[in-house]
Amino acid sequence: MLKIKNLKVELEEENKEILKGINLEIESGSVHAIMGPNGSGKSTLSYVLSGKKGYKVTNGEVELAGEPILELEPEERAASGLFLAFQYPVEIPGVGNMTFLRTAMNSQRKFRGETELSAADFLKLVREKAKELKIDSEMLKRPVNVGFSGGEKKRNEILQMALLEPKMCVLDETDSGLDVDAMKLVADGVNALRDKGRAFLVITHYQRLLDHIKPDFVHIMADGRIIKSGGPELALQVENNGYSDLLAEVQ
Amino acid sequence: MTSLDVKDGVDQETVEAVRSVGGHYKYGWETEIEMDYAPKGLDSDIVRLISAKNNEPEWMTNWRLDAFSRWEKLEEPNWAMVDYPKIDYQDIYYYASPKSMAEKPKSLDDVDPKLLETYKKLGIPLKEQLILAGVEGAEDVNLDERKVAVDAVFDSVSIGTTFKDELRKAGVIFCSISEAITEHPELVKKYLGSVVPVTDNYFATLNSAVFSDGSFVYIPEGVRCPMELSTYFRINAENTGQFERTLIIAEKGSYVSYLEGCTAPKRDTNQLHAAIVELVILEDAEVKYSTVQNWYPGDENGLGGIYNFVTKRADCRGDRSKVMWTQVETGSAVTWKYPSCILRGNESQGEFYSIAIANNFQQADTGTKMIHLGKNTKSRIVSKGISAGNAQNTYRGLVSMHPKATSSRNYTQCDSLLIGNKCGAHTVPYIEVKNNSSRVEHEATTSKVDDDQLFYCRQRGVNEEDAVALVVNGFCKEVLQALPMEFAMEAQQLVAISLEGSVG
Ligand SMILES: Nc1ncnc2c1ncn2[C@@H]1O[C@H](COP(=O)(O)OP(=O)(O)OP(=O)(O)O)[C@@H](O)[C@H]1O
Ligand SMILES: [Mg+2]
Repeated sequence: MLKIKNLKVELEEENKEILKGINLEIESGSVHAIMGPNGSGKSTLSYVLSGKKGYKVTNGEVELAGEPILELEPEERAASGLFLAFQYPVEIPGVGNMTFLRTAMNSQRKFRGETELSAADFLKLVREKAKELKIDSEMLKRPVNVGFSGGEKKRNEILQMALLEPKMCVLDETDSGLDVDAMKLVADGVNALRDKGRAFLVITHYQRLLDHIKPDFVHIMADGRIIKSGGPELALQVENNGYSDLLAEVQ
Repeated sequence: MTSLDVKDGVDQETVEAVRSVGGHYKYGWETEIEMDYAPKGLDSDIVRLISAKNNEPEWMTNWRLDAFSRWEKLEEPNWAMVDYPKIDYQDIYYYASPKSMAEKPKSLDDVDPKLLETYKKLGIPLKEQLILAGVEGAEDVNLDERKVAVDAVFDSVSIGTTFKDELRKAGVIFCSISEAITEHPELVKKYLGSVVPVTDNYFATLNSAVFSDGSFVYIPEGVRCPMELSTYFRINAENTGQFERTLIIAEKGSYVSYLEGCTAPKRDTNQLHAAIVELVILEDAEVKYSTVQNWYPGDENGLGGIYNFVTKRADCRGDRSKVMWTQVETGSAVTWKYPSCILRGNESQGEFYSIAIANNFQQADTGTKMIHLGKNTKSRIVSKGISAGNAQNTYRGLVSMHPKATSSRNYTQCDSLLIGNKCGAHTVPYIEVKNNSSRVEHEATTSKVDDDQLFYCRQRGVNEEDAVALVVNGFCKEVLQALPMEFAMEAQQLVAISLEGSVG
């Protein structure tokens, strides 16, 4: 589903390399987790994948479902099925959450040459998905993320994901700031979407989320590189011993 | 104007509308129609001719001539933060009217098809097109449930007013100002120029001399106007100034909501529009006046466009009277406009909600004046200025609390949004408080369209231009909500359209 080949990225403003040769292959139907110390480049990777400005790709390639995507606009990548649940979801004052969702959904459908959803069908769909995530209708009417609590913002990201049904879902620390019950809701939301035709890249600091969303592979990222890959046991090792052993291993 | 269910920020329809217009000024075509012009230039003979064309009584002709002689002695003002080449007032036509209007058509067959075509393109429904085209008896045709009475002004003359009979039953007078001058001279004599005096300012004096048409509204005591009233202004003829004049009188305890829309064809030359709007509001009466101004703004290099120099003022004469100005100013090359409220009555209230968008080389210097004269008067100003491209956008506002305006209040919120880094936003508040029981609050912010917001939208699949429209519509939400439903939709689309080409 997603193929990252020797990806090197610098900041556009200054000559600082953040990603120093990332290789990663994510099969359709699988869940990969990335863990790693603060500042190791996890969010940067998610931004570069989704096409945020401010980064310069100096080497490498990224393919989504077999198509190279680094030349595409962010909205084109989105319409091709890439979704990023933001570590810090953005507030958009004055724009109703519902309006935003509908605009996004219809934009993507239009881009793919599909017919737009009628207002009635859309409403029905949103209400259904929102209910599963215990998002009340009040929250749907409020402006996008404005005044939402940290946990509400994260749940709102998952709601968007559930509606847009992307093929490749990148979740950047969707678990941080969630209480135990909310974590369960989010994990259920993700698990409900697990499917042969869909893949997940879950960035997290905590093993706890991975108890709910069982990953097929775990990768450890440090200083812009993936320094170790393994199965779910790797996450447990990090949880118990931190990163120092792993870091020492590479040096 | 039929779909009314959308009011929640921007909607998908907005985005579609943007696509459907495909990056062009939507009303930029011109109607090729035989026109009846007065000779170019301005002197007292032209003033007399305009008066004669409208079959005006002598007192009106003299009123105009008096204004003209005063205007000749005035200097064009230059204090606004706008910059445009000197206007040659002798190179403008002051009167243009479709020839076919000289005689009223009797049926559809007699109507100049070009005129009908114009209205059709403007999105005015057919039955109303008939009425506007002046077809006798068209009003008896069963109209749809839409209740917006329309007066349309095409270049210099009013084409027709719909729903006249229904309004008359309610005692409401809604007609062209030229008709009012002949049919209701006592009202016109009493109120014309009583809010904006002939000598108020250069453009007001010019308008007083040469105004050719406009709308007149009279709402009798205690009457709530049964429908929205609206005027549609269109400049069609080239090198023609449009000088319309609107006079609205709301008697004690009455209510009216009035909408005004404007468009003009695309041209390389600049055209002058200098209008006056006077609102007289008596005890316990309320007037809502909304404008969607979409005159041709000029092209992306700053060529052409309308000079929009307008004086609008409401006089809240009666106690507890209320006025609300709402404006969406997206068009014109240069805008110079300060809809004002004179809060004369005790406990009277004035509100001003404004969205001013300047893109490419547009210049807007706009704001309001709140003159508090009565006790316990209240005013509220919410201004949203958006600048993009090379545009300059200035908010200029005066809040004045006179010594007798005790315990009065003003709240001003003035937000500017910048798109790109070649444009400018300026806020020029003037505040005078001459008593110590009144309170004035002023808040101002300037921000840039946030890249993170745009990226967030784009990550969800919304393209960059639509993302800007979405964010800007969110920024303007408070003002959009103040508009009547029918206009809110149109205004959202306009916001999107007028920002085209502002990113990327
Ligand atoms: N726009 C930027 N300007 C300056 N430095 C940046 C920028 N973007 C990323 N960086 C730097 O790149 C490094 C990687 O940041 P990134 O946000 O990707 O880390 P992360 O692994 O997501 O960390 P965390 O676990 O704290 O979320 C950090 O040192 C960060 O300061
Ligand atoms: Mg991060």
